[in-house]
Amino acid sequence: MKPLLRFENVALRRGGRLLFEDLNFALGPGDALKVTGPNGSGKSSLIRLAAGLLRPEFGRVERSPVALADDNVALDRELPLRRALGFWTGSPDKALETIGLAQVFDVPVRLLSSGQLKRATLARVTASAAPLWLLDEPLNALDADGAARLGALIEAHRATGGAVLAASHQPLPGKWQRLELQS
Amino acid sequence: MIGALIIRDARRGLTGAAWLPVAFFLLVVALMPFAIGPDARLLGRIGPGVLWIAALTAALLPVERLIEPDRADGVLDQLALHGLAEESVALAKIVAHWLTFAPLLLVAAVPGAALLAMDGGSLGRAEIALAVGTPGFAALAVAIAAVTSGLPRAGSLAGLLLLPLAVPLLIFGAANALLLEAAISLLLTAGAPFVAGAAIRASRT
Repeated sequence: MKPLLRFENVALRRGGRLLFEDLNFALGPGDALKVTGPNGSGKSSLIRLAAGLLRPEFGRVERSPVALADDNVALDRELPLRRALGFWTGSPDKALETIGLAQVFDVPVRLLSSGQLKRATLARVTASAAPLWLLDEPLNALDADGAARLGALIEAHRATGGAVLAASHQPLPGKWQRLELQS
Repeated sequence: MIGALIIRDARRGLTGAAWLPVAFFLLVVALMPFAIGPDARLLGRIGPGVLWIAALTAALLPVERLIEPDRADGVLDQLALHGLAEESVALAKIVAHWLTFAPLLLVAAVPGAALLAMDGGSLGRAEIALAVGTPGFAALAVAIAAVTSGLPRAGSLAGLLLLPLAVPLLIFGAANALLLEAAISLLLTAGAPFVAGAAIRASRT
């Protein structure tokens, strides 16, 4: 079966520094891989490589359609949350409810807290039909309730044949394969 | 998605400060009689040229808001993940930028022409030339906005880069050489998405 994401002998150089080389892994349906490593070891860069936003120095990255949640909010601040998210996905209501944002549907994005913004970026991922989720530090600014909801969403996504690649230095809910980057 | 992006960008441009470039345009035009004197014949003769200079500065005014906020906030990344080529994003932004400044500018050119003592025929020719040339200005502004996005003092740098590139359009537009002006405007509009697209990709970190 074709994997949802495959890294083949991938090397990445940022600012003249080789972050990693000879990186090989593949994610199939149901897989979840957590990338760990010290600050500056290239976790976020690996996520952006997987998203196709960066090009590898060497090697190949093959991917199916992806959805990405990172620290960039990418929602129009002046709009109510539901309309702002509606730009990216036709029907954001269900995703917003599942992530616990039903009360702030009509609140302008600029008034949301950082935890609510994080939930909103996760809602964009869950509302997408992409089989591969890329989560960069998904627990940043999330409270225990948010983390539990995210854990349940990831489980459901994997159960329906999706895959998740996450970069985090915090323990994530659920069972994960691990990939440790060296500094 | 492209249609939604054009609507979104046009909405943001119009609800932000759409009157700003137009007010700027009228101010530049209004300064001319003060600087040159109230000689109606002289003003009428230089009028079309003044309208063009004013239009150019008005198109340049929002250049820092065209690309940089979306780059910094990750919108350009998300658009790429939604399968939109950077060139298509740039084209959508050119269309939206044109929609937010050009129609208002064409309206403002009417009182502008009155301030410059231009007659009706001269105003009509200037309006047609501006309508043909403003897409070129919008394309240039978006391309330069993409090239300078993320750089320190991007606004001043953008002006420095854009003004010389606008010279051909200015020459043929102010001289009312419509076909040559249309050719330049078309060339800029067709080329700018590729320049801006490459710049957006290159600026990813």
